[in-house]
Amino acid sequence: MKEINLSCPIPLPSQDRIVLAHGGGGKLMNQLLERVFLPAFSNPALDARHDGAVLSAGNARLAFTTDSYVVRPLFFPGGNIGDLAVNGTVNDLAMCGARPLYLSSGFILEEGLEMETLRAVVESMRRAADAAGVALVTGDTKVVDKGKGDGIFINTAGIGVIEHELRIGPQAVQPGDAVVVSGDLGAHGIAILSVREGLEFEAPVVSDTAPLWEPVAALLKAGIEVHCLRDLTRGGLASALNEIASARKVGIRVREMAIPVEETVRGACELLGLDPLYIANEGRFAAFVPAASAERAVEILSAFPVCRQASVAGEVTADPAGVVVLESRIGGSRVVDMLSGEQLPRIC
Amino acid sequence: MKFIDEYRDRKAVELLAGEIRRAVTRPWTIMEICGGQTHTILKSGLQDLLPPEVTLVHGPGCPVCVTPIELIDKAVDIALRPGAILCSFGDMLRVPGSTRSLLDAKAEGGDVRIVYSPMDAVKLARENPHRQVVFFAVGFETTAPANAMSVWQAAREGLENFSLLVAHVLVPPAIEAILNAPNCRVNAFLAPGHVCTVAGYGEYEDLAARYRVPIVVTGFEPLDLMDGIRRAVAQLESGRAEVENQYSRAVAREGNAAAQRIVAEVFEVSDRQWRGIGEIRASGLRLREPYRRFDAAERFGLAAAGARESTECLSGLVLQGLKKPYECPAFGTKCTPEHPLGAPMVSSEGACAAYYQFGRRANEGN
Repeated sequence: MKEINLSCPIPLPSQDRIVLAHGGGGKLMNQLLERVFLPAFSNPALDARHDGAVLSAGNARLAFTTDSYVVRPLFFPGGNIGDLAVNGTVNDLAMCGARPLYLSSGFILEEGLEMETLRAVVESMRRAADAAGVALVTGDTKVVDKGKGDGIFINTAGIGVIEHELRIGPQAVQPGDAVVVSGDLGAHGIAILSVREGLEFEAPVVSDTAPLWEPVAALLKAGIEVHCLRDLTRGGLASALNEIASARKVGIRVREMAIPVEETVRGACELLGLDPLYIANEGRFAAFVPAASAERAVEILSAFPVCRQASVAGEVTADPAGVVVLESRIGGSRVVDMLSGEQLPRIC
Repeated sequence: MKFIDEYRDRKAVELLAGEIRRAVTRPWTIMEICGGQTHTILKSGLQDLLPPEVTLVHGPGCPVCVTPIELIDKAVDIALRPGAILCSFGDMLRVPGSTRSLLDAKAEGGDVRIVYSPMDAVKLARENPHRQVVFFAVGFETTAPANAMSVWQAAREGLENFSLLVAHVLVPPAIEAILNAPNCRVNAFLAPGHVCTVAGYGEYEDLAARYRVPIVVTGFEPLDLMDGIRRAVAQLESGRAEVENQYSRAVAREGNAAAQRIVAEVFEVSDRQWRGIGEIRASGLRLREPYRRFDAAERFGLAAAGARESTECLSGLVLQGLKKPYECPAFGTKCTPEHPLGAPMVSSEGACAAYYQFGRRANEGN
């Protein structure tokens, strides 16, 4: 490494202020975790960096997780902030292999919010909770001045119980594992973008928000030796695979042809210069299972409408450690890196 | 997806790659001009299918990459002024200026908005009559017609609060500058298909003849690029130097006459600075009278103030095809997409970003 030259005009790296990309699920967010949160709070449960913490209480193993929802617009094709707030936390528990039991919910409401809007959001939260078999058992409400919020912000936390002996998490991933993707990618992100940016498609793209515990439970019940589960939210499949590849120091190889993406979503991505691998989903996950069980896992998942398009997208390799490689449609290969900031639509 | 899948067909691409392998007898260096083409090459791993004799180098056709740092500083300056709205295409936001990028300006409270069309900025000006709305008009011949149209429309409506910060550049003068460089190692060019859709390829015929260099007007899908390379290799091997149109489904020799008319109405050719390369004569566009009053640099009285470029960034050499991104000592170490030293590390069409994102490790040790 060369000596640092103090007169070198390296641009300010945005480290003195929070930028949107710090919440984007990519590299900057990882830096934030590694430089601010993990040093402050480090403990074994947190350091596992899974979707939720796995904790012991007496003889029981519990999963505990929290998530905040700041989506704009509040209502979008296929759902609203209320569904998301329930499903997102339910899914984080499911990714720990835990049966979701109880949720809390904190509401931060902006002065001037229409009561009708709040009612509609709360009603869809109730429906989502019923569908996922969870009870919302405690909560909190705060109101902030007009202009200090975006209508509604919701935080939910959840507790689930682990009823099997598997240790599901990145540490269990091994070379030779198959990577199963539970369904088509990108619908949620494109649905949000289409409303936000006023884009219209011939066939409207509808968010994939859905609870995922049932398909996960079916895998466990069938005795599939699930090594790791990841929901493919912010940062999409690419970020999830990169997190696991670097945490476990393994390579991951996926095939573009085996990753399902709906035509309309592909079309929107082509137009806007976005990559579906990086787009957020709210009802999709990746499962790492032994190669021998991969086809069986796909068969089990495909029985659920939300996982209709499940497929074996790739496999875990010993080398190159920490790297995700994609075999393109034409048979070339490329590295799929973690996203550096927000995906920005390109010029031409 | 129709009109996409057939151009990403593995068998068809392999067939063309086979033809190239059979035709090639010695090393050739081919430059694709457009950043969109670079992106496809890296994203599809096209180089994996080429014989070792064919080297692809990446040209200066990334508008974000060649926009001079002074103009980014001016855009940041405008964005931070109270009451101003700075509109830009998305890729421009992360490009480093002397001290900050537009994203930094946004984090500091500047009103910076991503738009998909310059007409969205015109609409903003209409809806916000008491605010100055500036569109950062970046791009090659491809984006010039729509940008010209926005000014024409603003003039027609008398929207005096709309203006353009112009950073328009032209492809043929850049090709000529590359060919004139004493250390030029490019044997053939893949010309940018979308630029030619607007401008046609008459000018390239003159270049091909004068410099004895094959130029193939090429599209943006993997099959297009493989076909463009095949045609370029065939010309090189047989000693021809002509303009061929691989992208005939979109490009006509004369280009788009209506688009050319609106560009000529609003813009005139001027000398231009290219980031990392320097000034190229008659290589850009500026607003002509009577549209000069829509020039944001004049409206805001922005003088060129000592812009500072990183001394470690080799983007100029990369943009001229003289260096591969990974040959730069800062690549992947001091210069990453999070902390870019130069613009090619920022834009999705920038060669450095494409290498970093799609192939950094695969290219280590090359």
